[in-house]
Amino acid sequence: MKAMLAGFLGVAVIGVVAYFGLHEIGFSSAEVYSGENVRLD
Amino acid sequence: MLRHLMALFILALAALPVSVTAQDVRLPENATPSAIDRASTGGAQNLADIERRQNGAEIDDGFRRNNLGGDAATVPSLGPLGGRSDPDLWRGIRYNELPVRVSTMNKTGRVLVQDNGMWWQQFREGPLATYGAWLLAGTLAVLLLFYLLRGRIRIEGGKVGRTVTRFKAIERFAHWMLAGSFILLALTGLATLFGRKVVIPLLGHEFNSTLLTGSKFIHNNVSWAFMIALVMVFVMWIWHNIPNKTDWVWVKQGGGFIGDKHPPAKKFNFGQKIVFWAVILLGFSVSLSGLSLLFPFEIQLFGHTFNIINDIGMAEAAGFGPLQGDLTPHAEMQYAQLWHAIIGFLMMAVILGHIYIGTLGMEGAFDAMGNGEVDERWAEQHHSLWLDEVKQDKRTPAE
Repeated sequence: MKAMLAGFLGVAVIGVVAYFGLHEIGFSSAEVYSGENVRLD
Repeated sequence: MLRHLMALFILALAALPVSVTAQDVRLPENATPSAIDRASTGGAQNLADIERRQNGAEIDDGFRRNNLGGDAATVPSLGPLGGRSDPDLWRGIRYNELPVRVSTMNKTGRVLVQDNGMWWQQFREGPLATYGAWLLAGTLAVLLLFYLLRGRIRIEGGKVGRTVTRFKAIERFAHWMLAGSFILLALTGLATLFGRKVVIPLLGHEFNSTLLTGSKFIHNNVSWAFMIALVMVFVMWIWHNIPNKTDWVWVKQGGGFIGDKHPPAKKFNFGQKIVFWAVILLGFSVSLSGLSLLFPFEIQLFGHTFNIINDIGMAEAAGFGPLQGDLTPHAEMQYAQLWHAIIGFLMMAVILGHIYIGTLGMEGAFDAMGNGEVDERWAEQHHSLWLDEVKQDKRTPAE
């Protein structure tokens, strides 16, 4: 069962890395297709 | 001051648009809509048009598409707009009959009207959700029926007590990473599709909002674990999943599900090979369409695919007219979303069957992925050729 738990842990770790990685590269539609001059935050 | 602003506005309007890429609702070349007499409305839409639309029939929209106003000489009162009234202008934009020029270099910026979105929304809320739900419910019903008729497939003669290693730790790790991520993706995907229809009436807007915010977060980030695990599983198991002649024996004996025979099989039997290839092919497809959705407008798959389908004559062979290959970026995203969901539903149905046979449906099967060790008698009955190979390897240690 260790492999199963390790697999689930892998999902969580990759998910966290993906979250920071995606935001680092500015993946979202808002970041790619919008800017300060057309968006009020 | 006001006059200057008005002049500026009118100039902007006149200079506006635009080589618009609005959704093309032109009739297919082979369509022959019946002629409608529009004399009573002076050429505008009339009751017959409305009835045809309500019946889902093809409509000759030329009366609207080509009604784009005139030039300043023929319609002097509309001179500032170049002879076009506002409705003329927007009609031209909608039907892609006016050149649109915008300051952005991005293709998406030129899409001012895209009425394919209505079709997409109706399809998503209608057939997609309905047939998808029925597919899952039907799969569960078939599995329940199978369980009631066949019961749990037991190990004949009971466990012998000696075990053999079926999957190594790295194989089980990849399997569970794929399984864990898929279950999360499936649940959050279902929440996204059915949230408005099912969750809001039951639990309210606030709950649905929180649920969908969380679902989006999980779906976007967990997808990477799914893709990595999919590649791991593919690399590790592809050689064991090439079809061979023993698969035919498995098919002829009904996979052991029908009757009491135990067809011989190597590491994976034919049923497992079907699951493997379904997961790999559908998983690859759902990943590709998922990436297209994750990076909006960057990966456009469908227009190109539709053109290939047209070129090789597949669409006509299937009885359709040519597919529209020149899609707006927004239509590309809409097709990607529908495809992603359809493939997702198919995968869920396959995986429900896989989960059933790996847990409730067959005694001793879960151990293979639980601790990696299976009882020898189980292996003898379900993977006899593989067991022979394992025993042979043990007898002849590597030099």
